[in-house]
Amino acid sequence: MKILVCISHVPDTTTKIQFDAEGKALNKTGVTFIVCPYDEFALSRAAELKEKQGANVTILCVGKAEVDPTIRKAIAIVGDQAVRIDAEPLDAFYVAKQIAEYAKSQNFDLIMFGKESIDFNGSQVSGMVAELLDLPDVSFATSIDINGKTATLTREIDGGKEELTCDLPLVLSAQKGLAEWRIANVKGIMAARTKQIQVITPVDFPYYTTTTKLSQPPAKQGCIYLKPDETDKLVQILSEKGAI
Amino acid sequence: MAILVFAENVNGVFKKPTFEALSYATAIAKNLGTEVHAVCFGKVSDDQYKSLASYGASKIFVINHSSLSQFIGPAYASGIAAVAKQTQAQIIVIPQTYNGRAVAPRVAVKLDASMFSGVTSLVTKSSNGFEVQRSAYSLKAIENLSTNRDKLVITLKSNAYKLEKNEASGIVENFAFEPSAKDLALQPKQVIKASSKISLTEADIVVSAGRGLKGPENWGMVEELADLLGAATACSKPVADVHWRPHHEHVGQTGIQISPNLYIAIGISGAIQHLAGVSASKNIVVVNSDAEAPFFKAADIGIVGDAFQVVPALIESVKKYKTSH
Repeated sequence: MKILVCISHVPDTTTKIQFDAEGKALNKTGVTFIVCPYDEFALSRAAELKEKQGANVTILCVGKAEVDPTIRKAIAIVGDQAVRIDAEPLDAFYVAKQIAEYAKSQNFDLIMFGKESIDFNGSQVSGMVAELLDLPDVSFATSIDINGKTATLTREIDGGKEELTCDLPLVLSAQKGLAEWRIANVKGIMAARTKQIQVITPVDFPYYTTTTKLSQPPAKQGCIYLKPDETDKLVQILSEKGAI
Repeated sequence: MAILVFAENVNGVFKKPTFEALSYATAIAKNLGTEVHAVCFGKVSDDQYKSLASYGASKIFVINHSSLSQFIGPAYASGIAAVAKQTQAQIIVIPQTYNGRAVAPRVAVKLDASMFSGVTSLVTKSSNGFEVQRSAYSLKAIENLSTNRDKLVITLKSNAYKLEKNEASGIVENFAFEPSAKDLALQPKQVIKASSKISLTEADIVVSAGRGLKGPENWGMVEELADLLGAATACSKPVADVHWRPHHEHVGQTGIQISPNLYIAIGISGAIQHLAGVSASKNIVVVNSDAEAPFFKAADIGIVGDAFQVVPALIESVKKYKTSH
């Protein structure tokens, strides 16, 4: 079984988000970058599938050379080879196009993403890649088991979950629950250090969307404090605000 | 030229996210001088079609196919794109539900359109083309985006646009659509309903609790308060991790992200990862015994006090309010 796991290089979850002077991009000074936590669910499941039934796992990231350390963090969890498509991932359609162009000749049985990147929160790329490759996709998947050529999955839906089956090949986006997060072991980390990352030139394709401005959300007006016995007053305030 | 809305039929009824999408599309249509169409899958009652018309749908395209009585993402995306192509829809508005998010990227590719997800503002048109606003960096930033392409697919964030009635003609038309074998590759087997009566992502009010409650046996008062308010229940990550509460209740950066009208946090300190999932809530009430809890900085109303005193008192206050209103 051939598995492709596509990862995003994102600011650590505890980062205080600030922007450059023009307000068009993240101020990266002092920011630690990580593998997107949702992608780690996909990586962890790939590692489990590899151990249980054997698989060859490729890691892919669209980004400039700055993302290489993040790719190595992913390889430390699982990864027989790694590919970087040498481009700025500024628009989902563009990123999807690059991944689909790479994947179309590779015959992957399973292509996995995180349900969204924690920087742009778009949840677009996995579905777009699936459509570009004319493959079925299951988004917000919380489980996948593979038996021969058939996958059984669970996906999150409003108010519950849905079980479904699908023949491989297939694209999925990982929601929490797909696997227990793995922490890379020393052997993995050592192997990741020396693993070659294949760098691919992107195909020509326009950015369909442009970020024109990034700004801080408006600050809260400040907290109104009530005493523990003022619950009547709390209900009254909430009623005046139309909150209940 | 019209704006097309994916009206999501949930067991024969349309719900709030669909009405929000129609209200939103109607406001854009007025600005752009066009009309709003809806597309839905499966037949529903006349009253249900009327509800779409009441929020602004002038035409309702119904795809009624024996293989599509259940949601199948790729096939629904093909159906929506087929309607969009035939009606030359310029903007496709999709509610940001799980199913909406599943179809939207595929629709965007089929139409070679730009896609904006989790949009929180109306679409405006300027010399830069279409412009929208959305949140990014897990609610830690606001992002303005533009596109100069002429087709747009938008997923509209829940609770981001208020419901507005706009009576329209709502002419129902059957739309002939035949899904391909590939469209039908996914085979839905069964739906497992969550125990919570109200879906977290759709809830107007969410009552959430954390480690401050000391143990799963103390959730009775949280559920009682939620029932009284017609709210969904949620929890923090540590509580889900030790299985006091099910994982599907976990809100936060790695859990579910919500933006209800009211979020009541009981015994949750407010770690940055938790705030990333809830800070878009319009009103935040924090009850915590620790006056230094970081959550108070993100709160609108705070009570420094023992949850075991405050919550039962709040339940009584809500009961009093309910009987007098």
